[in-house]
Amino acid sequence: MTTVVASAAKQGMVSCLTCQLLMRPANMAEPGHCPRCGARVVVRRHHSIQYTWALVIAAAICYIPANVLPVLETSAFGSTEADTIMGGVVYLYQSGSWPLALIVLVASVMIPLGKLLALGYLLVSVQRGWAKNERDRARIYRMVELIGRWSMLDVFVDAFTVALVQLSPLMSVAPGPGVVFFMAVVVLTMLAAESFDPRLIWDAAERQGTVN
Amino acid sequence: MADSQNDGELIACPECDLLQQIPHIPSGGKARCARCGEQVAIGRKDPIAMPLALAITAAIAFLVANTMPLMSLNAVGREAQTTIIGGAYQMWLEGSQLTAVAVAFCAVLAPGFHVLFLLVVLIAARHPPAPMWIGEMLRSAHFMEPWSMTEVMMLGILVALVKIAQLATVEAGIGMFAAGAFIVLIAAIQVTFDADEVWKRVRWADGRAPPPLPIKIDVNGEMLR
Repeated sequence: MTTVVASAAKQGMVSCLTCQLLMRPANMAEPGHCPRCGARVVVRRHHSIQYTWALVIAAAICYIPANVLPVLETSAFGSTEADTIMGGVVYLYQSGSWPLALIVLVASVMIPLGKLLALGYLLVSVQRGWAKNERDRARIYRMVELIGRWSMLDVFVDAFTVALVQLSPLMSVAPGPGVVFFMAVVVLTMLAAESFDPRLIWDAAERQGTVN
Repeated sequence: MADSQNDGELIACPECDLLQQIPHIPSGGKARCARCGEQVAIGRKDPIAMPLALAITAAIAFLVANTMPLMSLNAVGREAQTTIIGGAYQMWLEGSQLTAVAVAFCAVLAPGFHVLFLLVVLIAARHPPAPMWIGEMLRSAHFMEPWSMTEVMMLGILVALVKIAQLATVEAGIGMFAAGAFIVLIAAIQVTFDADEVWKRVRWADGRAPPPLPIKIDVNGEMLR
């Protein structure tokens, strides 16, 4: 680009987070309410970094019991068997459906972990005020937002396995203690992605005047 | 400079806050942010009537998907059936209430309210100026969007079926086909709907009728209250 680029904030303008209306408030510190939709206008989300860190840490704590504790408990002919998420992946692989095993592995193990690492990286980069790789970081953020919901896959697998296999006294499946932690990981990381303000990625470079 | 005097609307990218002029976009075209690459505007031929027709169809598909059995299972002479909400209900009974609530929200409540809100918004936006409260509804619809997980649920059901297939025979019900149609319709709404178009038709919170398009911000003048 040959033209000078600037953020709205630098030009004394702010865009409503709800309806995208661009306005020039009298006081940038307190922009007030959007004249169009009535939502409270903020130049940057308040406490975005703190909220996002809190949610990421909570999710990271839940990630451990989510993977260690069983998500399904199958009782058949008097014996009970407990399956963790990885156990489910191994079962799918051994029963010959490796594409589904791969999908579950990616959605349930790799995506949640990748989200935690990606959000942690974005938070550190913003806090340290890094002024490089903004485009890549913006792309990482969009990926986290886009694919995050697919981790809910295993919760649905468990719910419908439980709902269908109720053939007591022969065989029944019950949810294990891990499933609630796994659900918490997915919900918390989705909330974390929503509370992160991606505009912070670009602010550091603009402050240092190194943006393209 | 971003606020030069050429035609088009001045916007700030919602992802990176870059100020930029959006030129007129032909139908089917889209504009990406010059800095971060986020899609900032889309050209739609018929941004209200088309998604409205799709939303009505999606609402019908949603009702069928949630009232008809999703699938039935036969094993050792016994039969079991489930609906979408049945998946959550059994979780609740088996003592995992919190997970049951999450399943019910992502599989039933969020998709249902998403479509319902869109439907009301689109009907109200047909004749501008639209009442102010549809803005609140559009915001709620936008909030529901990431939590509406019908397609994730369908993949989950597929995996569950493969796991069960060795123990029993499973048959898809009408609900399953309706849920499939619902997924396609939601995807079609997402490519035809333009929230920006609705916002331009809404009466402003301060009582003003929506200004003529494109909205030009008075960059040097008084603040917009």
